[in-house]
Amino acid sequence: MAADTTTRPAPPEQIKAVPVRHPGRWIAAVVIGVLALMFVHMLVTNPVFQWKFMVDNMFSAPVLRGARTTLIMTVLAMLLGVLLGIIVAIMRLSPNPIVSGAAWAYVWFFRAIPRIVLLFFCANLGALYGTYDLGFPFDQQIMGWLGLSGDLRFLGLNGNQIFKGFTAGLLGLVLSEGAYMAEIVRAGIQSVDPGQTEAASALGMSRAKTMRRIVLPQAMRVIIPPTGNETIAMLKDTSLLIAVPVTSELNFQLRAIGSRTFQIIPMAVASILWYLALSSLLMAGQYFLEKRFSRGFGARETRNQRAEREARMVGGTH
Amino acid sequence: MDTEAQASPHAMVKAEGVRKSFGSLEVLKGIDLEVAPREVMCVIGPSGSGKSTFLRCVNHLEKINSGRLSVDGHLVGYREKGGKLHELKDSEVASQRQDIGMVFQRFNLFPHMTALENVMEAPSQVKGLRKEACREQGAALLERVGLGNRVHSYPNQLSGGQQQRVAIARALAMEPKLMLFDEPTSALDPELVGEVLDVMRSLAESGMTMMVVTHEMGFAREVGDTLVFMDDGAVVEAGDPKRVLTDPQHERTRSFLSKVL
Ligand SMILES: Nc1ncnc2c1ncn2[C@@H]1O[C@H](COP(=O)(O)OP(=O)(O)O)[C@@H](O)[C@H]1O
Ligand SMILES: [Mg+2]
Repeated sequence: MAADTTTRPAPPEQIKAVPVRHPGRWIAAVVIGVLALMFVHMLVTNPVFQWKFMVDNMFSAPVLRGARTTLIMTVLAMLLGVLLGIIVAIMRLSPNPIVSGAAWAYVWFFRAIPRIVLLFFCANLGALYGTYDLGFPFDQQIMGWLGLSGDLRFLGLNGNQIFKGFTAGLLGLVLSEGAYMAEIVRAGIQSVDPGQTEAASALGMSRAKTMRRIVLPQAMRVIIPPTGNETIAMLKDTSLLIAVPVTSELNFQLRAIGSRTFQIIPMAVASILWYLALSSLLMAGQYFLEKRFSRGFGARETRNQRAEREARMVGGTH
Repeated sequence: MDTEAQASPHAMVKAEGVRKSFGSLEVLKGIDLEVAPREVMCVIGPSGSGKSTFLRCVNHLEKINSGRLSVDGHLVGYREKGGKLHELKDSEVASQRQDIGMVFQRFNLFPHMTALENVMEAPSQVKGLRKEACREQGAALLERVGLGNRVHSYPNQLSGGQQQRVAIARALAMEPKLMLFDEPTSALDPELVGEVLDVMRSLAESGMTMMVVTHEMGFAREVGDTLVFMDDGAVVEAGDPKRVLTDPQHERTRSFLSKVL
């Protein structure tokens, strides 16, 4: 009260001071500038780069098809991998020790295996069994005990036909990605305040609905940044599909042109530029997703904005 | 068996010998109390005396170890059949909770939803009502708690008092028969306490049955019909608030009140 009635001091003069000099910054800028110039000079003058040849070949039809395969594989492997990861993460947090133990074993196994080894194994699953049947587990044994002959199978698939090319590659990548995503999703779920689940339960929401409507959307904030990294890693790891092999993939196509024409460097550079462009595209997507899921978190009013708003409200009532 | 449930048709909450332990720590040591419809019961007591735990048992967020606890004539979390208790399924517990609103000390609003979406969530997702009906009801409820102009704000754009009022509106959206408040004003800056208590007072005047754990003795005296003093997991003293506050019968009540008043 008393403070309000005393007159305020006049606002002080604008400060005019000599700013601190930063010679180190200038030196660093000059060094980096010179290095960049040298680099550009090399790119322009070294004839091995064959820029025209590169540009002519990096957008040829098989390369474009390769880029499409790589993108489709990345998106599919990530979509299915994230789904699998969510399921494994929820299993991992289950109060049932057998369910959570199974999820733990899954993550342990598939995180330990290099992707290239896993892809090679998936490609050769056709050698394990000739046909893959869907049906009742242990059906022949059970029918045998019951003194019956025959089996309980509904659908037979030829192993050599399904476990090759695109499908085998997708299977390997999804199994591996599911394990990494499970850990990321689990960390995300555990980052959500338990009070949220409690409030949802108190409103009568089921456990499944609470997970889907309340917990996962908030976990997304924690889940999305590492998932963006996973997506970019996945884009790059599609070049491992050579182990299956999936030959329609981007890197394979560019290398094929390089070795056929003996222009190795231009096509290697083309590969770098392609992955650079595709990764940048994915990073842009990540940026928009992060913004979408930070609703209600990012837009926090600053102390100053709040003080101003309240001052306005107080002013209004007088 | 049914006659048992109808024996006290007038109790909204009835607790008989309710006990609850966490491991070897016994937190509730035989609670007996009754809340009539339209009654406002305030519960006071030192920190750690089991007030929150008891409220959470009423809502079956915690399972009781022994005794009987019923809300509106139905056992909480169990069904009695053939002289035996059967645990209710998760979905049945969830549907019991729909009739009981709960307001938490730390609000627990859903931060990724606006005030209106917070209030609409349970009616539309749990009761499956049409979005439009939920929106209308939600806007009306926010109006009722004095937040008609903040429907599209996210919780972190609201003050603590406003958030707690949204939380009350969210609980009311399920049209509960009973409202539980666990220290609803304890996390608030002092100047924001009044606006929340005003909303609770008008809710009490509208005839809602309420159990309120609070340190606001003024509210307990003016709004409460009964005041319960809990200490160390037991009800020490219960009765008319003015009587308990001015003329406590027990030494423990007296010493607690001398510290808080
Ligand atoms: N989930 C829990 N696990 C173990 N102990 C708990 C749990 N919840 C509460 N307690 C203990 O129970 C006692 C009563 O807690 P609470 O009901 O929160 O008291 P109040 O609300 O009266 O302060 C405290 O000693 C507390 O530490
Ligand atoms: Mg408490």
